[in-house]
Amino acid sequence: MNADQKNKINLVVNSETKPYWEGAAKRQLLIRACNACGKVHHYPRTICPHCFSDDTAFVEASGNGVIYSYSVTRQAKPPYVIAYVELDEGVAMLTNIIGCEIDKIRIGQKVRVEFSEAGDGYALPVFTSA
Amino acid sequence: MGINGKSYIVGIYEHPCRAALDKTLPQLHAEIAKGALADAGLSKDDVDAYFCAGDAPGLGPINMIEYMGLNNVRHMDSTETGGSSYIVHVNHAAQAIAAGHCNVALITLAGRPVADAKEGKPVRYYNQQAPDFPFEMPYGPNVTNMYAMCAMRHMYEYGTTSEQLAWIKVAASHHAQHNEHARLRDVVTVEDVVNSPMIADPLHRLDCCVITDGGGGIVMVSPEVAKSLKRTRVKVLGAGEAPKHLAAGQVDLTYSGARWSGPKAFAEAGVTPAEIKYASVYDSFTITVLETLEDLGFCKKGEGGKFVSDGNLISGVGKLPFNTDGGGLCNNHPGNRGGMTKVLEAVRQVRGEAHPKVQVRNCDIALAHGTGGLLGSRMGSATVILGNEDA
Ligand SMILES: [Zn+2]
Repeated sequence: MNADQKNKINLVVNSETKPYWEGAAKRQLLIRACNACGKVHHYPRTICPHCFSDDTAFVEASGNGVIYSYSVTRQAKPPYVIAYVELDEGVAMLTNIIGCEIDKIRIGQKVRVEFSEAGDGYALPVFTSA
Repeated sequence: MGINGKSYIVGIYEHPCRAALDKTLPQLHAEIAKGALADAGLSKDDVDAYFCAGDAPGLGPINMIEYMGLNNVRHMDSTETGGSSYIVHVNHAAQAIAAGHCNVALITLAGRPVADAKEGKPVRYYNQQAPDFPFEMPYGPNVTNMYAMCAMRHMYEYGTTSEQLAWIKVAASHHAQHNEHARLRDVVTVEDVVNSPMIADPLHRLDCCVITDGGGGIVMVSPEVAKSLKRTRVKVLGAGEAPKHLAAGQVDLTYSGARWSGPKAFAEAGVTPAEIKYASVYDSFTITVLETLEDLGFCKKGEGGKFVSDGNLISGVGKLPFNTDGGGLCNNHPGNRGGMTKVLEAVRQVRGEAHPKVQVRNCDIALAHGTGGLLGSRMGSATVILGNEDA
């Protein structure tokens, strides 16, 4: 990817990420939860970054959140919106905001997950106005 | 065991080139090493410790020590924290000298992103094996939009404005006009900055640093060696380093790792922000400076916008002269790594050898701070405090 373009999506599917992408393919947004300490985290790891337990599992998130921050990459054609969305479950994730009038996007705006095609049957979780 | 007063910077060199089409990467490292050692009045055979970061080719120290013929090295360090690496190296060299592992440490940085682009060489790609990569790269993060999100959030929480951020660039440009090597020497106004093209909201083109080739080097020595040299010596008073990241999803973009590296450095140096006469502050973007100044305690969190306004960072005008070489915003950001030049200008200020138009009077204590990686996700922050012999 060069400095300004958001090019073809190349998902990294490996033993640790595969369930996440399989969930997205089924239109589920997965986050990782720890059975030992009860906390969730993102991006997902097999060992909990809070308590270092290996008793972790994917759980489905509600898909609802609010925009924590965002930016419009103006030089790209077309311009795209990168954002951190705070999920209702309490973790933030890097994502794109799609399907909104770019100049009306605001921090604090309520958004919900959508899925954009990412090739090979996979999908990428993105967000749009709730 | 602290490092305060246990080592000195006695040699520095900033490569004058800003585009290195006719030079290789190892050659730049060697020219820089030669320049820094000459400044110190030392030879390559005096060097018994070598420090470099991810910009060095191959296995870093191994290849560069061979290339340069550094035959007496007994201590090596290739700590990589992005653009702040060289400030971390100053800290580590000070520790190694204090522990008796070495007496003469050489640190070099070199890069040629301008030449590489012209030659069609691929940009060094962010490591696909990094655990964050699968969950971030599909969304098109780049350096500018990742810093832009920090500015956007800072504006939201504290009412910071584009005009306030612009003052940081304005101050850098006032200094760069006096630097014959600076990539950009024209003085700009707040209006120039906010009217320049939007790159990634809310950052304009003039909120962004330059891209340059070249690099810089530092020679650090023990007090005994320092006393044997004719060069004005600059004492290392204290240093701190800290990682900061997305904290498993508890994202806060309104502060940097300077919140932790700064207090460590101040405590070790035994000084307060009010005693700092000059500050080199990493300026990949204007927002980097603003958040860092708050985190280092030069003003309260959220008041950075007010603090940087009205020329407060301009030497001879404001209370905290910063980046008097023109910084990364106007002078030099070699290899996209600005930590080295931050130390170099702080050393010039303490020596009294900055350009007369920007030299801070009685500059007995100076600070240099680096932010490596991305302010908008994960970074390595490093702070060093330097002083003259009496500090
Ligand atoms: Zn846990």
